[in-house]
Amino acid sequence: MPELTNKDRMKIPRHHMPEQEPEVRIKNFNEVNYGYTIQLAQEEAERCIRCKKPVCIDGCPVAVKIPDFIKLIAEGKFKEAADLLKEDNALPAICGRVCPQEDQCEKVCVLAKKGEPVAIGHLERFVADWERETIGYRVPEMKPKTGKKVAIVGGGPAGLSCAKDLIVMGHDVTVFEALHEIGGVLIYGIPEFRLPKEIVRSEVDYLRMLGVEFRTNYVIGLTETVDELMQRYDAVFIGVGAGLPYFLNIPGENLMGVYSANEFLTRVNLMKAYKFPEADTPIMDLRGKDVAVFGGGNTAMDAVRTAIRLGAKRGMIIYRRTEAEMPARIEEIKHAKEEGVEFIFLCAPLEFFGDDDGWVRAVKVQKMELGEPDASGRRKPIPIEGAVDVIPIDAAVIAIGNGSNPIISKTTPDLKVNKWGNIIVDPETMKTSKKGVFAGGDIVTGGATVILAMGAGRKAAKAIDEYLKNTDVW
Amino acid sequence: MNKIIEARFIAPDIKLFRIEAPKIAEKRKPGQFVVVRVDELGERIPLTIADSNAKEGSVTIIVQGVGKTTKHLNMLEAGDYIQDIVGPLGKPSEIENYGVAVSIGGGVGTAIAYPTAKALKEAGNYVIGIIGGRTKEFVILEEEMKQFCDELYPTTDDGSYGYHGFVTHKLQELLDQGRKVDFVLAIGPIPMMKAVADVTRPYGIKTVVSLNPIMVDATGMCGGCRVTVDGKTFFACVDGPEFDAHKVDFENLTKRNRMYLPHERQALDEFICKIELISKKLEKQDA
Ligand SMILES: Cc1cc2nc3c(=O)[nH]c(=O)nc-3n(C[C@H](O)[C@H](O)[C@H](O)COP(=O)(O)OP(=O)(O)OC[C@H]3O[C@@H](n4cnc5c(N)ncnc54)[C@H](O)[C@@H]3O)c2cc1C
Ligand code: SF4
Ligand code: FES
Repeated sequence: MPELTNKDRMKIPRHHMPEQEPEVRIKNFNEVNYGYTIQLAQEEAERCIRCKKPVCIDGCPVAVKIPDFIKLIAEGKFKEAADLLKEDNALPAICGRVCPQEDQCEKVCVLAKKGEPVAIGHLERFVADWERETIGYRVPEMKPKTGKKVAIVGGGPAGLSCAKDLIVMGHDVTVFEALHEIGGVLIYGIPEFRLPKEIVRSEVDYLRMLGVEFRTNYVIGLTETVDELMQRYDAVFIGVGAGLPYFLNIPGENLMGVYSANEFLTRVNLMKAYKFPEADTPIMDLRGKDVAVFGGGNTAMDAVRTAIRLGAKRGMIIYRRTEAEMPARIEEIKHAKEEGVEFIFLCAPLEFFGDDDGWVRAVKVQKMELGEPDASGRRKPIPIEGAVDVIPIDAAVIAIGNGSNPIISKTTPDLKVNKWGNIIVDPETMKTSKKGVFAGGDIVTGGATVILAMGAGRKAAKAIDEYLKNTDVW
Repeated sequence: MNKIIEARFIAPDIKLFRIEAPKIAEKRKPGQFVVVRVDELGERIPLTIADSNAKEGSVTIIVQGVGKTTKHLNMLEAGDYIQDIVGPLGKPSEIENYGVAVSIGGGVGTAIAYPTAKALKEAGNYVIGIIGGRTKEFVILEEEMKQFCDELYPTTDDGSYGYHGFVTHKLQELLDQGRKVDFVLAIGPIPMMKAVADVTRPYGIKTVVSLNPIMVDATGMCGGCRVTVDGKTFFACVDGPEFDAHKVDFENLTKRNRMYLPHERQALDEFICKIELISKKLEKQDA
């Protein structure tokens, strides 16, 4: 093929990801997106105009060398593309699927100014899937063993990426996880139809192959404290996530049928309630029911689409602001709409009403209008006086965010936290107030993204490696 | 995977297990619990730690076979393994020298009352134990309780053993006799705990109950275990499981615990069917 000019490249329309039809996919939990074929991936890769100053790299929180890996795809050098990608991103198969690309790399892509950006996320996913399915994960060059031991608390993206870098650097690494399965939100929160658990498991198996040890069913703070870990390990990394669900604190919230998104999604994903009775954990029977989900983020989209797959007749997103302010990934909103989810904007819940048996039956909502932008830059919703509505529902899922779980901070008094319970760290090194203890991910930032958690884990790994060379300096 | 060291029935459908779990054994305090998963597709169920042996590295749990998971557990024997055990979870009991402490256990609740009774005694209290069962066979841990109770009253609903009546009747009788009581701990079925709270309320006796809402993670991550106490919401797995009995909204707890009744029935029926099928097959094989 002759070398394309930039003009040629810009004429190629973005290649859409093949996916399951909405009518079909609402009846199963299989992944919605099928992924690019080799041909689609190479054609999409040709769209990249290989900017001299690739702004997309600045848009990526971990600075993936985007134009270079895309060029390798265009050239059919998938193995090399995978190697390059992994230099910066420890979990590309996952980030390619769940990163909010439209706010990051694809947002600043030059093509986005005139048309559609290069499908960077889809390409990243393609390379990672190709590697896993075709040649398998390879063992990288491992540094000689240092004899130092690091404990990682929490098996989410922050902990996993930290573990991966540290083991390659030659340290012994043990991951302590409270739940019975490794993966954090990737396992218990994000549903199968968006991120197949097989992928998370193969990432974990890969780390195991590299020599990382995993101890599940181990709650740091309860089974063993951070101080006790410090006696057995040379350094500790805390990546315990933002795992404390916020509730609305309105009357009727403890009625039957009202779930936190964490509970709803954990029952279905981690505990596989969608396979009940083959799996023992139940979820309420939603067939033919009206389900309201409160919130506008990825968690809310995941919950409402899960409800639809469990047979809900009406799946509603009830959100205080409008579509423009919703923090969810655009693709999730699009998929939700295709799947028949109803969006009720500018409404805030006031009270749940139940029947005599204690089941939720309706929600009273306050209608809102948008006012001036608030601190986050989003326009603030203001109640319209007297404008209330009552919506009949059979189940409700609260997806308004998570705070930090106090188990670690309560049992580690010299670990400094801010007023929200987030661990305070030096942003460059992820060092905490406690010598030898590092932290990163949602427990530091509050609920954020997989890629930020992963980036923090890697930053910490680098600093831990430095620290282990001379533990006298903190 | 954790090994079962000992397994024996101590009453009909109530089985005691000693399970290998050295870290938990080292750490646990009275009032805390573990979460157990029987197998790969099993649910996570909370069970109070009845006892532990740090030297041996074991914890003791006592299980009443009521649903699929507990019946399945109760089919396991010494030498078998359970998939997962995690803990110790929840806040330990607040043990002080209150003076005269009454420890009340209803049915399998006695297994939970027992470690706390022991701790109350060790803290210097005069401990009165009231342990109830439907009939004689359901009065459990009498010998164990005796060691730590200054007075122990077994009660049965049908009068087949000990005091004839509910545990609350015995408690009321003690109070009617003018006995001084400074602290009451009651653990058992919800109606029993509510009844105890009603008995002690007029006397203003500090009364604590251990709540058993449905749990999933039991580390404060899901909020499924939320209970209403004094009009406020708490997560029983991390804020409890013990709460001020006079402030607990028992009605809400009762209702929430019924949320999955149809599922529980279905799971149990299918489990029993499966077991019958297997045993029939085995019989055929034998023949
Ligand atoms: C439903 C949902 C959907 C999301 N969708 C997206 C998305 O599409 N894109 C995106 O970028 N981000 C998304 N996010 C956010 C993203 O998942 C998180 O930002 C990210 O997982 C944070 O990683 P982490 O490693 O800090 O924590 P987590 O993933 O929360 O992992 C923490 C782990 O630590 C364990 N743990 C907690 N306490 C202890 C303890 N005391 N001892 C031992 N282990 C402990 C937990 O069990 C957990 O496994 C979503 C979040 C949710 C809830
Ligand atoms: S990691 Fe995320 S932000 Fe970075 S290039 Fe990949 S998809 Fe884009
Ligand atoms: S059981 Fe999940 S928060 Fe208590």
